[in-house]
Amino acid sequence: MTARVELNGRWFDATEGRDLLSTCLENGVDVPHFCWHGALGSVGACRLCAVRVYSGPDDTMGRIEMSCMTPVRDGMRVEVEDAEAGRFRAHVIEWLMLNHPHDCAVCEEGGACHLQDMTVATGHRNRRSDAPKRTHARQDLGPFLTHEMNRCIACYRCVRFYRDYAGGTDFNVFGAHDRVWFGRAEAGALDSPFAGNLAEICPTGVFDDKQWSQHYARPWDMTETPAICTHCSVGCNITLHERAGTLRKVQNRYHGAINGFFLCDRGRFGPWFVDAPGRITAPRQNGTAIAPDAAIALARQAVADGAIGIGSPRASLEANFALRELVGPDRFFAGVSDAEAAQVARMLAILQTTPASLATIKDFESADAALILGEDLTATAPRAALALRQAARGAEKALAGEKGVPDWLDQAVRVAGEGRRSPIAIVTPLPDALDDAATHPLRRAPDQVATFGFAIAAALRGEPSDPEAQAVAQALAAAHAPLLVSGIGLSRAEPAEALASIAAALGAKARIALFPAEANSFGLALLSPKGGLESALAANPAPLIVLENDLYHRADSATVNALLSRAPLTIALDCLDTATTARAALVLPVASMAEATGTYINNETRAQRSLAARRPTDAAPAAWRVLAQIGGLLGDAPRLDDVLAALAARSPALAGAALAAPPATALPAVARAPESYSGRTAHDLAGRVPQGTLPHQDPDSGMGWSMEGLRGAGVPPALSTGPHRPGMHSVSAAYAAQTTIGGPLKGGDPGVLLLVKSETQGQALTDPTPNGDGLRWLPLHSPFAATETDLASPPLAARAPAQHLLLHPDDATRLGLTAGAQTLVDGQPCAAPVTLDAAMPRGWVGLTAPRGRSPLVTLGAVP
Amino acid sequence: MIGILSSLMRIGRMLGAKTQTRAYPEEKPVLPPRYRARIILTRDPDGQERCVACNLCAAVCPVDCIDVVKAETEDGHWYPETFRINFARCIFCGFCEEACPTSAIQLTPDFELADYARSSLIYDKEHLTIAGEGKHPGYRYWDIAGKAKTEAEAPPVDVRDLLP
Ligand code: SF4
Ligand code: SF4
Ligand code: SF4
Ligand code: SF4
Ligand code: FES
Repeated sequence: MTARVELNGRWFDATEGRDLLSTCLENGVDVPHFCWHGALGSVGACRLCAVRVYSGPDDTMGRIEMSCMTPVRDGMRVEVEDAEAGRFRAHVIEWLMLNHPHDCAVCEEGGACHLQDMTVATGHRNRRSDAPKRTHARQDLGPFLTHEMNRCIACYRCVRFYRDYAGGTDFNVFGAHDRVWFGRAEAGALDSPFAGNLAEICPTGVFDDKQWSQHYARPWDMTETPAICTHCSVGCNITLHERAGTLRKVQNRYHGAINGFFLCDRGRFGPWFVDAPGRITAPRQNGTAIAPDAAIALARQAVADGAIGIGSPRASLEANFALRELVGPDRFFAGVSDAEAAQVARMLAILQTTPASLATIKDFESADAALILGEDLTATAPRAALALRQAARGAEKALAGEKGVPDWLDQAVRVAGEGRRSPIAIVTPLPDALDDAATHPLRRAPDQVATFGFAIAAALRGEPSDPEAQAVAQALAAAHAPLLVSGIGLSRAEPAEALASIAAALGAKARIALFPAEANSFGLALLSPKGGLESALAANPAPLIVLENDLYHRADSATVNALLSRAPLTIALDCLDTATTARAALVLPVASMAEATGTYINNETRAQRSLAARRPTDAAPAAWRVLAQIGGLLGDAPRLDDVLAALAARSPALAGAALAAPPATALPAVARAPESYSGRTAHDLAGRVPQGTLPHQDPDSGMGWSMEGLRGAGVPPALSTGPHRPGMHSVSAAYAAQTTIGGPLKGGDPGVLLLVKSETQGQALTDPTPNGDGLRWLPLHSPFAATETDLASPPLAARAPAQHLLLHPDDATRLGLTAGAQTLVDGQPCAAPVTLDAAMPRGWVGLTAPRGRSPLVTLGAVP
Repeated sequence: MIGILSSLMRIGRMLGAKTQTRAYPEEKPVLPPRYRARIILTRDPDGQERCVACNLCAAVCPVDCIDVVKAETEDGHWYPETFRINFARCIFCGFCEEACPTSAIQLTPDFELADYARSSLIYDKEHLTIAGEGKHPGYRYWDIAGKAKTEAEAPPVDVRDLLP
């Protein structure tokens, strides 16, 4: 219901019953706050959001109220700048400052600190007490976060996020009354794969990004570039911060339909691979450096000899397209196993034909029932798992709503909701990280997951089915917006097929999400490669051009070895040294995602543009530029817009990719550097600023490299680095860019959906039962490490789990293996000792291994 | 006519006056300590470098000629890994000195900075740091900053103890 409210003397339309603080922020009226957060709701703990509220025209006295705890009523009048409310807030700040250290100068947060902003806003300057300041011990929390507890203001946002929102258990608040302490019981890395968000959730400098601290520059001293996370298929929006040519910080960039306020740690710390020691800086032939021109000439010769192109789900759409243009569509193969290439193409076909609508990550949060079929979501699409946890609370909010408790009143909802949970079924082979949020945690062997899914579909069609499937089917049928999730995590096709038949039975009310393995898996599939690596092996021997791909991470090593040893010449284009570049005769360096602009297609087929955060070096241009240069395509200096135009001409279905961000020439450039960027002339020898001697305009995007150009409200969302508001230097300024708190961005959420619905039902895939002896492979995943770029990032590598080999005790006995035994896997010694796990399905072996390895594992004791 | 005569008169009077021109460089001018010229980095009373690499001087510098890179000691104290001022750009406004919370950066009356090569006007930490405390003797930033362990602070809270 709409209400009219007067905020600071102006009348606005608002929603009756919504909290006053959100209403103010949505209408551009800044209200100080600490404990409230757009994703966490209100608890009324900090008392900073005090405003004067008048009930209506006859109320001349008014009263001081906490705006985060006050529901909007029609005719209400609100004065934020009221003198008494201002004094109230100044007192709150002064109390907090009694114990706050004199630290801003040596605090990473300084310059983008919510507490600093709030303190400056109240005018507090001098501490009037000389009582001793309270202090706290610090803790080592691993490679992701710093911990300086003296700066804590006890707003409780960290515990509310870590435990209540993200489901973590190893972090808490300890102590009593005014002597509270936030941390872990024992020092050590935080378990949750979302811990990095504490750096942004904490309104002070208690938690900060440790990588940033170790590569520190002040917030105003770093350029900011909008980019896309390339570490899984969700495609979260990030901002890369750069100074002096090196990465300094990765930060969340709000996207209303995808990541909202939060990233996972793989995304926040993954991009550090761009400055890893393993970067390739110069072309080399058989291990020795070679001149770039000679390298290009060799590559041209290889193309003339009929080279085969191996694309990559890690590389941008443009890079894969340029490779396809170079070698020709008949010689372009996906750099994954044949099975995966077919499965990903089939997932696209399912999305095209299903009556269900495509679920955004935001839709996960509002689902009132959910089914996850076979996917270890926390490891394969972490941000989606975080969203699913919020869906679990839907029933609780509904019950609280029946009792008259609004959903933003977080703590009250938790009490009034009586712990009720929305039905969530998780069908996986092993206990899942999301089990605690599920009402139906169900265990099935990998080949039984799809069987169970088909049983649900049968139950939905009214056919007899097993009771557990009946229960899940009932919950899905009763829901208004049931969510169906699967993916490729089991390296099997059938779970997605089962999901498709459930979606068909549920009809248009269902929402579906299918997660392929990587950031551009769908982009690669949309370019219609001629199969995967086994198909490439079956083609006539020819020189190979491998694009940004460590093949050993994506296919069976026997296949890769055969492919590489058979090719007369292997050319690898990559930014990192990998097992594949080590075997390539010719290695051409290319830009990493931090220096290359490109488009990535996420799990909902949303084309999103990721911009270069720094200029590429002459030695390592963007991969699509190198490929265009080898082929002499698009002239001497091809620009990204030329590549996208060529793509649209060749594949009209992909024309939308060009609209993911404005073309380079559409606008005056948007500034990458903040206005107060300092130190530019400190290194100036020739009387000119270094930046001034290079072109200001980035040829591949609508952004400029320096502090000159557009910024603020007029910038299109795809190029926006975040709102900068006077007096609001922290991430809290993000609310001003949202149409409603937590809703779409003003100007529209960036990205273009490429999916076109189709009527033609394709051919369903089945998983062949492998013949032969041995155990069957159950892939194990980790939220911290999936492919070579994750492992090349030093902070992620520090958190990557050791290799695992899980066996059911019965299988171990049968094979004569005991816990801790060393084994031979397929004849090779395995790094991981045997772990016995009674939760393992019999006849299967859980193994950390590259996707696409052969489905049979021969396991034997080390002789 | 009258104008010429009065000018001659004035010249005649000045012939006997004391000369204003100084024989610089043989004769050095006496400048007050608050005069703003060559910038130095000072040390605290213990001889430790005062600068904490907070970057406030760099931020306030109107010509952007200061670049400071932060590093951190084992016990969490910040210090500048590098500190660079380009005196070819510096306009000696003194804003950096005003912004500095540690009294590390100070302007001195030594204005003799001219050089033939621009590269000689780029001063790094080793060129800027002096042995003494400069204009603010006795001041030690870490005494009042949070990471200090001084009388102004209570011992760390023991969360396993419920006594007030
Ligand atoms: S947390 Fe904020 S207010 Fe506190 S010392 Fe750090 S920058 Fe200053
Ligand atoms: S650590 Fe940060 S988020 Fe947690 S209570 Fe303290 S100030 Fe709030
Ligand atoms: S969920 Fe995926 S896309 Fe999002 S931050 Fe994590 S790894 Fe990146
Ligand atoms: S303001 Fe002072 S303490 Fe801060 S960086 Fe400059 S000289 Fe160092
Ligand atoms: S924001 Fe309202 S009390 Fe904390």
